[in-house]
Amino acid sequence: MGVDFIYPEFEVIRNESRCIACRVCERQCSNEVHAWSERRGVMMSDESRCVNCQRCVSLCPTRALKIVRSDCRLRENANWTDATIKEVYKQAGSGGVLLSSMGNPNPLPVYWDRILINASQVTNPPIDPLREPMETRVSLGKRPQRIERDDEGGIICDLQPQIELSMPVMFSAMSYGSISYNAHASLARAATELGIMYNTGEGGLHEDFYAYGPHTIVQVASGRFGVHEDFLNAGAAIEIKMGQGAKPGIGGHLPGAKIVGDISRTRMIPEGSDAISPAPHHDIYSIEDLRQLVFSLKEATSYRKPVIVKVAAVHNIAAIASGIARSGADIIAIDGFRGGTGAAPTRIRDNVGIPIELALASVDQRLRDEGIRNDVSIVCGGSIRSASDVVKAIALGADACYVATAALLALGCHLCRTCHTGKCNWGIATQRPDLVKRLNPEIGSERLVNLMNAWRHEIKELIGGMGINSIEALKGNRLMLRGVGLTEKELSILGINHAGE
Amino acid sequence: MRRVFVNEEWCLACHLCEYNCAFANSGMDDMVLALKGKPIFPRIHVEGDERISYAVSCRHCTDPICVKSCIAGALSKDGDVIRVDRNVCVGCLTCVLVCPYGALAPGPDGVMQKCELCLENSCGEPACVKGCPNRAIVYEERGERA
Ligand code: SF4
Ligand code: SF4
Ligand code: SF4
Ligand code: SF4
Repeated sequence: MGVDFIYPEFEVIRNESRCIACRVCERQCSNEVHAWSERRGVMMSDESRCVNCQRCVSLCPTRALKIVRSDCRLRENANWTDATIKEVYKQAGSGGVLLSSMGNPNPLPVYWDRILINASQVTNPPIDPLREPMETRVSLGKRPQRIERDDEGGIICDLQPQIELSMPVMFSAMSYGSISYNAHASLARAATELGIMYNTGEGGLHEDFYAYGPHTIVQVASGRFGVHEDFLNAGAAIEIKMGQGAKPGIGGHLPGAKIVGDISRTRMIPEGSDAISPAPHHDIYSIEDLRQLVFSLKEATSYRKPVIVKVAAVHNIAAIASGIARSGADIIAIDGFRGGTGAAPTRIRDNVGIPIELALASVDQRLRDEGIRNDVSIVCGGSIRSASDVVKAIALGADACYVATAALLALGCHLCRTCHTGKCNWGIATQRPDLVKRLNPEIGSERLVNLMNAWRHEIKELIGGMGINSIEALKGNRLMLRGVGLTEKELSILGINHAGE
Repeated sequence: MRRVFVNEEWCLACHLCEYNCAFANSGMDDMVLALKGKPIFPRIHVEGDERISYAVSCRHCTDPICVKSCIAGALSKDGDVIRVDRNVCVGCLTCVLVCPYGALAPGPDGVMQKCELCLENSCGEPACVKGCPNRAIVYEERGERA
């Protein structure tokens, strides 16, 4: 090998006065950074392999370790930044497309952080969630446009199929294959206990998880992996994946090395073969084609399951959503450009798509203007990080939110963004049995349940403060939001006033 | 009584339990002072290979064969906890031979030591269980044990 142009990104700092040479770090690092040196009588580290996942830091019993960013920098240059230059080095060395994982880490605007929430003072009383009942339940699906009555005057109640949720949050699509069996088990158990949904992603549903069907959304993507009649009927709803926020315009790709054992069986493809989902659905080139798939799926499930169409937030999202609403879909899921992924080409992840806040506001407005807002529910995702993001999303017009990154964080993910290497030290984005084992679903599901219960409580406090006692009454209530530091154009797309107005 | 049970499915062979055990029984309040630069003599041992591993410590049997076999009367049942009196043990290793779980081992001085559930040391509850990152060992009530 010639010269390595890239100096390691991180330094492994070991406090020698604390290290007891237990070698726990060595056993726990799948990147083989740490090693005991018999000759030197100390632990050594090869920091060039470190991805800063902090597994060793978390398990070291004497807190002897920390990982810091190396301060070995190339000469300052505002145009050719350190990261940009190193990407060029990498590509000059490999000749390949750069790969990345998780969501876009670049400092593009996060509109949630520039939107503030209202509270009641004096003239309208706030509500205390500890003293008064509050409703966080929502149902997703088509709403009737008007109340119809029979001859006796009774209300005709023939609702289209709905998804019932105890709170307006669901775990979004992550396939079995991109994440581990134990990660799926944690999500499935937690969704069931919480009365919400998790999503199979595009790799089919492992036979062990059919039991969680009433809390499962089954996904049909362009590769159709693992799709069959029982699968479609197993879940509470079916999602057609047209696109994903992290990589709009391309399909999923799970390398053959990960298609082993149960994953190959669940996906219904041979072991070792790459699972490459085409960029388009080869049978969908128009809204009419989409309508055919929506109704094929409804037909296959006897019109008992709502159909979700998931798209990435892109430039013409409002017009696209209007088309989807007319395709017969019950729910539109929009995924913003900060959404995560197990692997995506870096250039696509970091440069394609638009922020979810703007996409959501424009879709909600467009559907209202066209009088078809009640024909679909809107679910938004792509970096919903907290209860306040959820409340802001609902007020902007969402019926519910999809979260995935926050759920993985609850399971132990440290956002090292190297999922594509398949060596996740936290047992999440890996299929190596010794690593998968590190995520005990009993602990994982407890942590997910804790997180969502905490959010549920915070949501109640936030809406109670506004004097609102149900999610339903917050939906699309943009008067409850104000922008700070936003331009007229941004405010008009978001449909909110500036703070002080 | 509550005992330490093994969930081998979740054991990572990280060996943290061994270090937490050695520290809890060291009589010191500083893990670095207690363990740095010394061989450790924990009362729990991680066994197995890359595929399966598990931590072995005293099962606190309801009818303990070690107590019956000890030639010096150093082992006894204190309530439900099996204890060793290190002043009485003569280091004959009979208990090591009879224990079906391999739970006893001599300390650095050749005298037997064994898990006494940390009930009387600085931890007050099994330190191995407390520090296990993946609930591969748990401290639970599950009824009698042969
Ligand atoms: S890769 Fe993770 S476990 Fe390994 S040294 Fe770096 S931070 Fe520690
Ligand atoms: S885990 Fe901590 S104490 Fe143990 S060898 Fe590594 S740095 Fe040293
Ligand atoms: S899932 Fe694992 S590999 Fe991916 S970012 Fe999180 S800790 Fe890193
Ligand atoms: S601390 Fe837990 S996971 Fe680690 S070796 Fe001991 S029993 Fe196994």
